[in-house]
Amino acid sequence: MTERAPLSPSLRGNPDLDTWIAIRTDGTVAISTGKVEIGQGIVTAIARIGAEELDVSIERVRVESADTARGPNEGVTSGSNSVEHSGNAVRQAAAEARQLLLELAAERLGAPLSALEVEDGTVSARGSDRSVTYWELFGGRSFDRKVTGEAVPKPAEAYSIVGRPGARIDLEAKLTGGAFLVDMTLPGMLFGRVARPPSYRAELLAVDEEAARKLPGVVAVVRDGNFLGVVAEREEQAVFAREQLLDSARWREQETLPPQDRLYEWLLEQPRESYPVVDGVPEQRPVEPHEDPPDAALTLEATYCRPYHMHGSIGPSAALAVQQHDMLTIWSHSQGISVTRQAIAQALGIADDAIRLIHADGPGCYGNNGADDVTFDAALLARAVPGRPVMLSLTRQEEHTWEPYGPAMVVKLRGSLGAGARVIDWSHETFSNSHIGRPRAFGEQSQLAAAWLRAEPMQRPEPRAMLFSHVGIHRNADPLYAFPAKRVVKHLVKPTPLRTSSLRGLGAYANVFAIESFMDELAHAADVDPVEFRLRHLRDRRARELVETAAERSGWRGPAGEGRGQGFGFARYKNSAAYAAVVVELEVDRETGEIRLLRALIAGDAGQVVDPDGLVNQLEGGFVQAASWTLKEEVRFDRTRITSCDWESYPILSFPEVPEVETVVLERPGAPFLGVGEATQGPTPAAIANAIFHATGARLRTLPFTPDRVRAAL
Amino acid sequence: MAEPQHGVELRVNGELHRLEVDPSTPLLYVLRNDLGLRAAKLGCGLEQCGACSVLVGGEAVLACNFPIGRVDGREVLTLEGLAEGDALHPLQRAFLEEQAAQCAYCVPGIIMAAAALLAWNDDPSDAEIRRALADNLCRCGAQPRMLRAVKRAAQELGS
Repeated sequence: MTERAPLSPSLRGNPDLDTWIAIRTDGTVAISTGKVEIGQGIVTAIARIGAEELDVSIERVRVESADTARGPNEGVTSGSNSVEHSGNAVRQAAAEARQLLLELAAERLGAPLSALEVEDGTVSARGSDRSVTYWELFGGRSFDRKVTGEAVPKPAEAYSIVGRPGARIDLEAKLTGGAFLVDMTLPGMLFGRVARPPSYRAELLAVDEEAARKLPGVVAVVRDGNFLGVVAEREEQAVFAREQLLDSARWREQETLPPQDRLYEWLLEQPRESYPVVDGVPEQRPVEPHEDPPDAALTLEATYCRPYHMHGSIGPSAALAVQQHDMLTIWSHSQGISVTRQAIAQALGIADDAIRLIHADGPGCYGNNGADDVTFDAALLARAVPGRPVMLSLTRQEEHTWEPYGPAMVVKLRGSLGAGARVIDWSHETFSNSHIGRPRAFGEQSQLAAAWLRAEPMQRPEPRAMLFSHVGIHRNADPLYAFPAKRVVKHLVKPTPLRTSSLRGLGAYANVFAIESFMDELAHAADVDPVEFRLRHLRDRRARELVETAAERSGWRGPAGEGRGQGFGFARYKNSAAYAAVVVELEVDRETGEIRLLRALIAGDAGQVVDPDGLVNQLEGGFVQAASWTLKEEVRFDRTRITSCDWESYPILSFPEVPEVETVVLERPGAPFLGVGEATQGPTPAAIANAIFHATGARLRTLPFTPDRVRAAL
Repeated sequence: MAEPQHGVELRVNGELHRLEVDPSTPLLYVLRNDLGLRAAKLGCGLEQCGACSVLVGGEAVLACNFPIGRVDGREVLTLEGLAEGDALHPLQRAFLEEQAAQCAYCVPGIIMAAAALLAWNDDPSDAEIRRALADNLCRCGAQPRMLRAVKRAAQELGS
């Protein structure tokens, strides 16, 4: 029995079938998507879904990704929505294309539809030797119609590609040579570098532009207020010229950053907007004060803290731009090229269609990193050298210190148990700056760094509370557990001294860290096994199966201490996407405070699996990254500058520190596709905190769990 | 960056090149921009991340700050030089078979660092592989499958 996929929002926004599917003349099929490859395997997933519905082999599929000049506009690749929105759009569009092609084939072959079979694009009439290929029927033609939603996609039982093992289609090129945006080359290409200010509000008082212009190979020096950049014939010449510019520069800096040693107190003291959250959705009404229930047998409260976290892409953001006559063309690895295009057009004061943005693959971005900024920077440099393409890379320091961070968060939990060792009351308050900082056309305002730096600066928009279901600060603040009384409050902290935007998981990382740690704290107070305690409050059947499977496959021993412990964490991302449970086993060195991750067991449920290996890769990758955040990461700053400027000052998990990981997937054939890219971010920190507690009896609630913090807690 | 430029000879992936490039120029930029060998990546320019790893005289070297003058006649090997014609190197095949990558930006550097290890240690333990790759950063978290891939390649090379 197939669950019919609902008509994807991507289809409603891009209803023409020709936008999605093209039967070419060379035996291939072009499938277009507005989503982009960020290492999560989406291009492969799209190719599989399209190949499956069309009944062509995947080798014939060419995926055309985001380009403002053509193809569907699917907004931003984010939110783990791609396989749901784009995947479902392609599924429906391809099913309709196949239906139309079969109708044509029926006419051509003089056979009824019911007698037709398709294999790898060849349609044959059963019981005859007549056949015709898609390309003979339709090569180079247009469908000229809208997707109706009436064609029925293939049932899961018939799948031969979706859900089966198979290679990522973009990987071989990346493992044999250069296949990224930064590896592109165009005739006459120049190399650019920008020279960002040393702090957010630094003012450039003086700089020796003339000396820089005289340096070998330098073609242009661009100064616009506090924006500084250089273009040169050779890359190392641009690097050198940038250094010379910075050496000669004098800046006036301001203290704008809060005191790091009391960051969380500071966060709670700031003016904020507060919203009660009901079933994952904030409501615009006053927050009611909380009261403990009169029949509470036990009440606990705890506060959990999460620092600013960096995306930390291994490749500094890059873009390639050329201003040719009236057209500015920019290759960008932005996740949302059409909104970034609008933002750039606005900042330059030109029309949207004077700019074309084409996506080219970048390094993993994990959310809104420097990719949009550098796209605009490249535009500014390219306009200084019309007719010549400029390849611009940020430096490591600029990527680290100017990227928008995952915001610091404080989560306060208070819960009561009744007589039966079950939760009878639950209150969750989450405090944070905005997680939303992506560029858009904001009118007079901008989220692009260079727009703030120019002589006629645009202002950063004021943060606004997101009021959709499970977005930003309140993502996963509403637990999946069935509690008889539940109160969730979202607090948007208005002053935003450090630049913030979306980092993988958004609010879910801190919210689930808090919820899953607190569940363990309550379980411990009730003297109940933590897994058993969760099952007592979980009604969702798939969640229960997942939790049980994770416990079984990890050999769950519960709280058994002596320096080594297991810890459990679980969540359903956004309470609507993929389910994930993480069980971590670790060792704590009581003398040094060092934590050694030994093993992790991950269980995931993503509905109908499209790409089994891609799915496992995302679950595991999210776990490793979240483990790195949890054990090591914290953006550091003084009152003026971000001081986390390289990998020494912002270390991340290294090869020797990554544990063995085992992943088990619960498959749900025919169920809707569920996005899995962010599913393990939330459960991971709690699994680690809970394991530390089981190993040592020490409960850590402030991230990261550095050796200093562990020692202090022991 | 002094003028005039000097001619520098570089043997890369078995081919001899004569380049009119200053000998202080970092090897990474010469490989990528003069020779079109763009697998090695700029990750940090600070010798902290390993994305620019190539082999010089069989040893893993961070090309981002390595002046070509220091190559001094030794053979330079990049990812592009690992394959023999159409036949991928066992490391490349193993990484593909294990799908040991997500964004794959760090992978060329990791494969070259692994190649340096396997050249002298054809049966490395897990711990030895981890140590050899300790200075290669991967942010996507594909390390577990990369370790499997290196082991797999080691087995194939050893047999």
